[in-house]
Amino acid sequence: MRVPLSWIRDFAPVGDDVAAVARTLDDLGLVVEEIVRVGEGLGDVVVARVEEIAAIPGADRIRRVVVDAGAGPVEVVCGAWNFKEGDLVPLAPVGAVLPGGFEIARRKMKGVVSNGMLCSPKELQLAEDHEGILVLGAAPGVGGAGQSLVPGTALVEALGIERDVVFDLAVEANRPDAASVAGVARDLAAGLKVPFVLPDPPEPRSGPVPIGELARLEVVDLDLCPRFVARVLPAVAVTASEQWVARRLTLAGMRPLNNVVDASNYVMLELGQPTHPYDLDRLAGSGLRVRAARPGERLLTLDGVERRLGERSVGGADDRRDCLICDAEDHPVGIAGIMGGTSSEITDRTTRVLVEAAYFDPMAVARTSKRLGLRTEASARFERGCDPAGIDRAVARLIEVLGAGDTVEVAAGSIDVRGQVPGPRQVPVRLARVNAVLGTDLSAAQVTGLLEPIGFASVPEAGGVIEVTVPSFRPDSQREIDVIEEVARHHGYWRIARRRRSSPQVGGLTPYQRQRRLVRQVMAGLGAHEAWTASLLAPGDHTRVGWAEGITVSNPLAPDESVLRRSVLPGMLRALAFNAARQRGEIRLFEVGNVFPPPTQERVAAALSDRVDSVVEEREMLAVALGAPGDDAMSAAAAWYLLADAMGIEEVELVAVPPDASDPATAAGLHPTRRARLTFDEGTELGVLGEVDTEVLGAFGFDGARQRVGWLELDLGRLLGEAPRRSEEAETVSRYPSSDVDLAFVVDAAVPAAAVEASLRGAVGGVLESVELFDVFRGAGMPGRSRSLAFRLRLRAFDHTLAEGEIQVLRGRCIEQVVADHGAVLRQ
Amino acid sequence: MNEPVGLGALDSVLSRARTAAEEVTTAAELQRVETELLGKHGELTLVQRSLGSLDPEQRRHTGRRLNEVRRQVEEVLAERRLLLRAAERAQRLADERLDLTEVVGLRRRGRVHVVERTRQELEDVFVAMGFAVVEGPEVETDWHNFEALNIPPAHPARSMWDTLFLDLGPPESVVLRTHTSPVQIRLMQRQAPPVYAVMPGRCYRRDTPDARHIPTFHQIEGLVVDHGISFAELAGTIETFTTAYFGQDIHSRLRPSYFPFTEPSAEFEITCTICKGAGCRTCSNTGWIELGGCGMVDPAVFQAVGIDPEVWTGFAFGFGIDRCAQMRHELPDMRVLLENDVRILEQL
Repeated sequence: MRVPLSWIRDFAPVGDDVAAVARTLDDLGLVVEEIVRVGEGLGDVVVARVEEIAAIPGADRIRRVVVDAGAGPVEVVCGAWNFKEGDLVPLAPVGAVLPGGFEIARRKMKGVVSNGMLCSPKELQLAEDHEGILVLGAAPGVGGAGQSLVPGTALVEALGIERDVVFDLAVEANRPDAASVAGVARDLAAGLKVPFVLPDPPEPRSGPVPIGELARLEVVDLDLCPRFVARVLPAVAVTASEQWVARRLTLAGMRPLNNVVDASNYVMLELGQPTHPYDLDRLAGSGLRVRAARPGERLLTLDGVERRLGERSVGGADDRRDCLICDAEDHPVGIAGIMGGTSSEITDRTTRVLVEAAYFDPMAVARTSKRLGLRTEASARFERGCDPAGIDRAVARLIEVLGAGDTVEVAAGSIDVRGQVPGPRQVPVRLARVNAVLGTDLSAAQVTGLLEPIGFASVPEAGGVIEVTVPSFRPDSQREIDVIEEVARHHGYWRIARRRRSSPQVGGLTPYQRQRRLVRQVMAGLGAHEAWTASLLAPGDHTRVGWAEGITVSNPLAPDESVLRRSVLPGMLRALAFNAARQRGEIRLFEVGNVFPPPTQERVAAALSDRVDSVVEEREMLAVALGAPGDDAMSAAAAWYLLADAMGIEEVELVAVPPDASDPATAAGLHPTRRARLTFDEGTELGVLGEVDTEVLGAFGFDGARQRVGWLELDLGRLLGEAPRRSEEAETVSRYPSSDVDLAFVVDAAVPAAAVEASLRGAVGGVLESVELFDVFRGAGMPGRSRSLAFRLRLRAFDHTLAEGEIQVLRGRCIEQVVADHGAVLRQ
Repeated sequence: MNEPVGLGALDSVLSRARTAAEEVTTAAELQRVETELLGKHGELTLVQRSLGSLDPEQRRHTGRRLNEVRRQVEEVLAERRLLLRAAERAQRLADERLDLTEVVGLRRRGRVHVVERTRQELEDVFVAMGFAVVEGPEVETDWHNFEALNIPPAHPARSMWDTLFLDLGPPESVVLRTHTSPVQIRLMQRQAPPVYAVMPGRCYRRDTPDARHIPTFHQIEGLVVDHGISFAELAGTIETFTTAYFGQDIHSRLRPSYFPFTEPSAEFEITCTICKGAGCRTCSNTGWIELGGCGMVDPAVFQAVGIDPEVWTGFAFGFGIDRCAQMRHELPDMRVLLENDVRILEQL
């Protein structure tokens, strides 16, 4: 919302200290995003009449323009096309310095010397518009104001530009009152402790014909349109607006169109009440009918787009009833509160105008606006809630702005259809509650002193209650707490003390959160960098790694971000490929993040109705991609053992996955003969480890022939919450020396080393301190697909030194067991 | 035998010990000399053995001399041994010299992600202030993400959050959470006050990425519900956090704002961390930068989760973890966080 200081001063005597004004606005929550100083640097710009426009040979974007600025012809080159001979335009002559410090020099373009510049509103910092030159007055015969301007007049004088300051304010969604100059002035005046006056516009001088003979009005759905006021102006000349109107609209960021539309916009900006003017002669049946649209009904709106109404639900209690304005023969002519139609818009041939000023149901406007994806200045105000009591003032003000000088004739009376409109509300406010919520020690007098200036009539009653009457222009203020917020705003947030309250509880992380941090440190210790890959994947990413598609987004921003991941693998492969494309593919990465298995319909329904469980059983995963030189599936296994040791996890089994298995939960995207499942407690799935299939790597643009990628992905919740842990109890250690026994077996390839190890553990029993696989040998001398596995067993008894005889017995038992269990042969 | 036995031999042993000690160059040679002179069959031992044949007077005389010579020989040899050991150690050390910059195949430690580290730092500050850290689902019901937070369907305030909806349940009933506020709702649903908790986590908005916004981002929110909590406690908590996390010279201020779930609502700003409040380009010369939003929990939110707003009051706040990381590391463009470029990851 752009608010000129001069306009604010129509309502409140605000001083010249711009910084103080801005600070006060900020402190009131009307955040000043920009301060624009207008009219500075315009001293050299003069009014000029366009005498001649000629093409420049060889140039199709610029033209030679001769203007008269009161001292004979001046030739300039201009790239704008929005003016014609006879128009009055602003000329910045050579040597002029424009706002922003741009100095005009004599330039030569395509062989033509330019002795100045014709300026756009933006170049003069009068508005954002830089599409064309600011046309100050049209050529005679076309109509329009400003023809009285004399070439050579200083622009500031011609436009009556006083220096001005425009505050660009960010107005929050709950403050419809502050979407108007008067509303801002009211708040600001209270903040600056200066009086605020909203002058009453004069009652329009009525003509002889009563409105009832000129127009009719029917409101069918009073719930959508609880109040509708119509007035008729039976004799209007559509022209350009008076300069002061055009200038204020321009300063506020709107483009002047004609006096009727401008007056409507002016009133909206000043008072916050949108109105709509119709060409009465173009309304079939000379009237309006307000009703809910029928689904599928169509209308061509002013922006030239055909709109279909009532088509889709926008959620919640939406009954899909869009409020339509129709002519008296029931043809749609506008979407209530949002945008009018082309069929009845004001043109320069319009003579009879019907002015609409209404109060539409805010939620209905919000739903329709959302449904159509169409937000306008009007809809933004209506959906926040306009002041139903401000309608008459708005109409009177529109007529005053349009007809300054009493040139506008008004039909006698108005048509006013009323249903249930919100009025002022009585809100009892407990002083104790005010102070309890704010942490203040305000008296009743102080509270009323803060509320009265913003129009909240406040009467202290017995029992510490203040009876507050909230005006109808503050629909956001419904409850005691809303009024307390007003007290806080006008008291000043910065005045409220800061108190530190200590928490009565001991803060801390949960065991899960603490251990998750340790998991990250272990991974970083492995040389892996933590990545943060997208939770939203492209369609097809899942199928490329062997998963079915995941949950889809209904309204993705981009198709590549439309599927919720079920595995971290696709995102991680993208990250690897991204780095490989930058010659940094040989890296280790890890990620901790959620995956989203698609829920059953029952689960979704239960989550929506019970509001207890989550919609999706989200699982937080640890994913590790090991792609450093030399890495492969064994690196992933090594990483797993290190992690398990660091976290004190034990009794997790590596279960081989058959090469032909294709269950995605255990095997997706992994090398069929280099992968395993991790399980505990007889089959609870913990995760997978292995090596990414080179074909899958290739599908993501990563060259698997150059670099293998070890992969570990496991469910952190299960790892840290459910998997068996080493006992935390410290065991007493033996005081006796240990003996080492080395045993090597030739074992078939199908027998896992872990199985041999398990046999050894079983054979030795309690005196086995540790067993370690220290060598694997394949090749010469190994029959078939077998290999030699060499283990070192460390034996130690708790209560004595093991005798050589005992050791030999245990050694024999080990050999017997492994031979029996696995058909192994002791390697001598 | 008039001559006192071996006195001359003793002198010769001493002088030979001196000579030998000077000549030997290794500990082994020295050991040999020592054996020759002092060993079981060494010369001094022979002299000692012959003492028995002397008369008492001579025995005493020669014995005294023998002990003296033995002591001197031992001294001479010990002195030499020390020197030789020092020389040998010096040689060994010289041989064992290593260039410790010749590290082949150095493996670097990986990094915990900068956003995660920032999250942990923020968590630690709040944990020290007595807060718990609470997490919740990223896929949420519309009710948890909006309705329970006093944002009914089609409410104009919904335009404050561009939402991604999922194809689950009736249209627009399931969302990717747009903030971590639904975790507050879930926490209050299951835990009676008092509540002192922060909720960090990943959020999603349907925003086109730019230098300061990414559609997937991380937020941390806080919630306090207790007896006697007022705006003053909110302002005090924000200030305590600000100085604890950003430093003693960084302060906070609150400005009126609007959020449907808090009332009164405030924007909280902190002293510009670049210019320390003097005014610079980053803070548009105001000396302050916006960090997040906060306010007193709206009674409607308490009602939605069955907490009596007449008995309990509370405040909530929230801000972006990524933004904090961006500020601290002066990342010009937040979009680099989405690329996982290892050249960035290993720096931060």
